Amino acid sequence: MDLPITITLMDIRAIVPELTLICVGLIIMLLDLVVKKKDLVALAGIAGTVLALFGTYKLYGVTDTQFVFSNMFVLDGYANFFKVIFYINLILTICISIKYMEIEKSSFGEYYALLLFATSGMMIMASAADLIVLYLGLELMALSTYILTGLMRKQPRSNEAAIKYFFLGAFSSAFLLYGISLTYGMTGTTNIKEIAFAISTLGIADNPIMYLGLIFMIVAFSFKVALAPFHMWAPDVYEGAPTSITAFMSVGPKAAGFAVMGRILMGAFGDMQAQWVTVLIPLAVLTMATGSIIALSQTNIKRMLAYSSIAHAGYILLGIIAGTPEGLTASVNYLMIYTFMNIGAFAIVIMLRSKGFQGENLDDYKGLAKSHPVAAALMLIFMFSLAGIPPTAGFIGKFYVFMELIGSGYTPLAIIAIIFSAISAFFYLRIVVYMYMKDAEQEIVLTQSPTMNIALAVTSVMVLVLGIFPSFLLYFVRYSIMGY
Amino acid sequence: MPGTYIPTDYFPVLVILLIASAIGLGALVAGILVRPRRPYAQKLTPYESGNPPIGEPRSQFSVKFYIIAMLFVVFDVEAVFMYPWAVAYDKLGIFGFVEMMLFMFILLIGYIYVWKKGAFNWE
Amino acid sequence: MVPLNWYIILSAVMFSIGMFGFLSRRNLVIMFICLELMLNAVNVSLVAFSHYLQSINGQILVFFVITVAAAEAAIGLAIIIAYYKNNPTIKVDEINILKG
Repeated sequence: MDLPITITLMDIRAIVPELTLICVGLIIMLLDLVVKKKDLVALAGIAGTVLALFGTYKLYGVTDTQFVFSNMFVLDGYANFFKVIFYINLILTICISIKYMEIEKSSFGEYYALLLFATSGMMIMASAADLIVLYLGLELMALSTYILTGLMRKQPRSNEAAIKYFFLGAFSSAFLLYGISLTYGMTGTTNIKEIAFAISTLGIADNPIMYLGLIFMIVAFSFKVALAPFHMWAPDVYEGAPTSITAFMSVGPKAAGFAVMGRILMGAFGDMQAQWVTVLIPLAVLTMATGSIIALSQTNIKRMLAYSSIAHAGYILLGIIAGTPEGLTASVNYLMIYTFMNIGAFAIVIMLRSKGFQGENLDDYKGLAKSHPVAAALMLIFMFSLAGIPPTAGFIGKFYVFMELIGSGYTPLAIIAIIFSAISAFFYLRIVVYMYMKDAEQEIVLTQSPTMNIALAVTSVMVLVLGIFPSFLLYFVRYSIMGY
Repeated sequence: MPGTYIPTDYFPVLVILLIASAIGLGALVAGILVRPRRPYAQKLTPYESGNPPIGEPRSQFSVKFYIIAMLFVVFDVEAVFMYPWAVAYDKLGIFGFVEMMLFMFILLIGYIYVWKKGAFNWE
Repeated sequence: MVPLNWYIILSAVMFSIGMFGFLSRRNLVIMFICLELMLNAVNVSLVAFSHYLQSINGQILVFFVITVAAAEAAIGLAIIIAYYKNNPTIKVDEINILKG
């Protein structure tokens, strides 16, 4: 028997960004054994990410879709755009975590290596053209994130968050695998393109087992992106994890989950759109409701932002429900904007953490505008953006998603989303009120570092620029998804 | 269909299963029927002529065992990839060799890391 | 040959037992074993499908599932041990610092 394995240079070229990140991650692991100053390790991580970003930039010219490694891995604008989101997420996370991890006395070199591994897992997910590759990417991401969540070994909170995340995450991947196995059994292939082909030629779109497999996969992804009613882990994990990791995983795994959802639902299960839309609509409504309403009663800012990120997952899902390439464009656009505003907000939360002071209660924000006007102003921008108030980027993101939703004929759903969006403005603005209209109960010391300032500058400028000139990003997204 | 199919190929397995259980159960039942039963307190202690047991029967293992066990599991299971590779080695040629060396190299980095971190130090 | 249905039913039953155990048991290690049972249920169905479809993909995935499950086991146990060092319980009902 002749084995059809041929790997050309083109195949290797396509995975250069992933390879770079993994190699740099391995180097960091070894570097950590000899280097005492962890800032150096962090800088190596940033340098590696920039290298990988450059690799993706070089591949960006390839707009036509390319399948490499025997159709297992796909290189297209869609994947590349998601990779850019992951790079931004990674660089910003490293920037905001250098000082913070020192304060938490958890400044390990492995931290940066694991961040890189998790990001390469997300990139593999975004580029997966086969369910096997998808599973491997997902596990690479998930396993790294489990460890990152529990990295503060001495703190029971962090341990507990890791346990909860690990168990529910592993539970959800079992569901994913069962879904994969049913789909494989019905279609006879694990390749996404071939699944779509098999569904249309065999005419099994109405098959109940197919439907079951689809639902199992949707459940698994709902766990990963924290859609209600599969969101129970999110608030606990977000609160217990190191804040920088909370920022990282409120963006990265979520974006990766949506990347995969977009590819699987629209790519593999395109013929079953009627089926998955009926599943996703209740999920979206429930998610927006839970996120917006439960957040109102939170007193811990990390928990509040966790519910806020659940609500945002609901809005992003709306673009996928619209079921058109434009809807997907709106979702991806939203994800990019969400990356900046969410990490920005978490950066401020991290600044409030200083030696011997947790700074996670909403009360700690009282009177912040008087003592630290700049930080308060930045928080104001991020809160406005998360709430979706113009002229910030958050408004633009929501606007396009709702427009596409109405364009696809889901007007009632759009109205529901707008109502929940208005409800959610309430708790975002409460922080603003606390900062500007209440008196401080105690002296707040902000922890500053050069990298933190850079991260804050980048996120706030991007939130404002994308809010005022939205067409640039949208053009960029459209150009990327064009081939999809 | 499940209702109509009878797996005749597996009939010997069923027979072995029945004989094995018959022998095991038969020995126990025969013992119960034949032996005299005269219990008293001394005889019912776990060790009839030994010391009375002290404390919990289940003792705590040192956490070191778990760490070694975890490392063992991880490095051991990687061998799963080597069996198919070894079987198909002559067909994979130089490509397969390079690929496997890369894989081993990554494992080696993990090994160096674990070693330097002192996970193998027993004391 | 044993029909495919039998394997699929076996796999579904195993998966359900694992899922039920995971949701109802309150000991972390037992929950962990239930997770492994679920993964192995998937492996059974993948291998059965792979055999009946005469396609190798399913078996390849099984290899990866086995190795990933081992990595998962190592990480899971490490997390449980880290937790246990700080508060000596592995009963889920007592793991409740984070709530609200």
